[in-house]
Amino acid sequence: MGDQTMIETSALTKRYGPFTAVDGISFKVEPGQVLGFLGPNGAGKSTTMKMIAGFLAPSSGSAKVCGFDVESQPIEAKRALGYLPEGAPSYGEMTPRAFLEFVADLRGLVGERRRQRVDDVIGRLQLESVLTQSIDTLSKGFKRRVGLAQAILHDPPALILDEPTDGLDPNQKHEVRELINAMSADKIIVISTHILEEVHAVCTRAIVIAAGRLLADATPAELEARSRYHGAVSLTASNTGAAREALARVADIETIEIDPHDHRITAIPKKGRAIFVPISEVLKSQGVEVNQLQLEAGRLDEVFRSITLPNAEARA
Amino acid sequence: MSPVKTVFRRELASYFATPVAYVFIVIFLILAGAMTFYYGEFFERGRADLQPFFGFHPWLYLFLVPAIAMRLWAEERKSGTIELLLTLPITMWQAVVAKFLAAWAFVGIALAMTFPIWITVNYLGDPDNGVIIASYLGSLLMAGAFLAIGSCLSAATRNQVVAFILTVVICFLLLMAGFPLVLGFFQAFLPQGVVDAIAGLSLFAHFQAIAKGVVDLRDLVYFALTILAWLYATAIVIDLKKAD
Repeated sequence: MGDQTMIETSALTKRYGPFTAVDGISFKVEPGQVLGFLGPNGAGKSTTMKMIAGFLAPSSGSAKVCGFDVESQPIEAKRALGYLPEGAPSYGEMTPRAFLEFVADLRGLVGERRRQRVDDVIGRLQLESVLTQSIDTLSKGFKRRVGLAQAILHDPPALILDEPTDGLDPNQKHEVRELINAMSADKIIVISTHILEEVHAVCTRAIVIAAGRLLADATPAELEARSRYHGAVSLTASNTGAAREALARVADIETIEIDPHDHRITAIPKKGRAIFVPISEVLKSQGVEVNQLQLEAGRLDEVFRSITLPNAEARA
Repeated sequence: MSPVKTVFRRELASYFATPVAYVFIVIFLILAGAMTFYYGEFFERGRADLQPFFGFHPWLYLFLVPAIAMRLWAEERKSGTIELLLTLPITMWQAVVAKFLAAWAFVGIALAMTFPIWITVNYLGDPDNGVIIASYLGSLLMAGAFLAIGSCLSAATRNQVVAFILTVVICFLLLMAGFPLVLGFFQAFLPQGVVDAIAGLSLFAHFQAIAKGVVDLRDLVYFALTILAWLYATAIVIDLKKAD
């Protein structure tokens, strides 16, 4: 039962006494998909990942990795999975090389393949310069990369990465995203993040979790389409007042917002209306000088807030 | 390589990654020597055996072994590596046994470093080496029992100091259970059968039996069961405490 190539959860639930940390979460991820787990801190992202990785036992429901149930066939499920726990823990007194070789041994890699895989991940995550230092002495970015190296060491068909870019600088973030993209073609990848730009950069699908419940399951573009900024037009003009007057002539605009800092004007359309073409025509006919004119796809942070804080955001 | 062997090797190497291991061994050797020569009156008693040497081992272990055991699981929980270890393809039982065996091997190394005293006693006289080997075995088994207890209590907390103190207390109670002082207290109000049972639980009595040179199967079974029971409890405690 269950597909041999998927990560699958059904009604996955974790309770601590009266508190329900994860409440009946079901989803499937197929090879080639990069699933982003979004949610506020304490929403149950990590708990869900820990259950799929076989660290915590579900209170009810089940999780399968490549067809192996994490409770009844834990070793097989763990073999098929690469896992980066939250905070990327590793044994601080070891050097990265010794640590990776230890994981390789536990993963059952031997001989030429062991050497080749260890060298491969060292190269991919650029660990050459720190191979002989103890992990304790490394920077946060290097520690994270050692953790990532450990997770992909056995070239697993499924990967679960809990906040893979946390603590990295922008260049390192970019590299890790490239790495995830490069691996995504034939693997199942689940990442958790609270960095919304990351969803754009790497995810083909996003799940929003809050208070243990699955609130949305969609592509990043679909999520953006839920934003009231979806289809909005933003512009900056040398004469903000004139531009604003000109915009008043466009019928389909619901509201106009002006950023107090950079005087950027954002025109939000009435539901289902397209306003880009009318606006550009009006601006041209009125002779308003525009520095920048841009159609917005929607703002994920706003969608994120409206999904996870439905009451606070309902009228905003 | 089997998972147990892999984790065993990593753990044992980790003891020697810091100076703490060497400090521990030096302290152990100094204390063992000092107690033997000053309190045990090794020379003064004029007998070629190691009774004064082994007689102090329970008390030495009472403080030194919990110091080794306290970090076993508390450290893994504190640094989060427990999550890494237990999501690698290894069973809980393999992880518990491998870490225990590494700690035991470390104490075994410290114990083996006392070999000069064996050479000394053989040089000075003609001791019964069979008894000495049995005593080493008894000493190692007792250290193993202490370690298994420490392993379980280390799993129960991420605070190493708490783990240390709890381990010392429980090991102390299990040692004292065999002393006439304690047994006499219980004899006053408990039936003889219960008192015998308490005496039977005592680590000290079983150690003494082996250290006299009589390697009785019952004593071996006692130590094996004690170690296995506490390790089993370790696995249960880890499972219960994983979430926090």
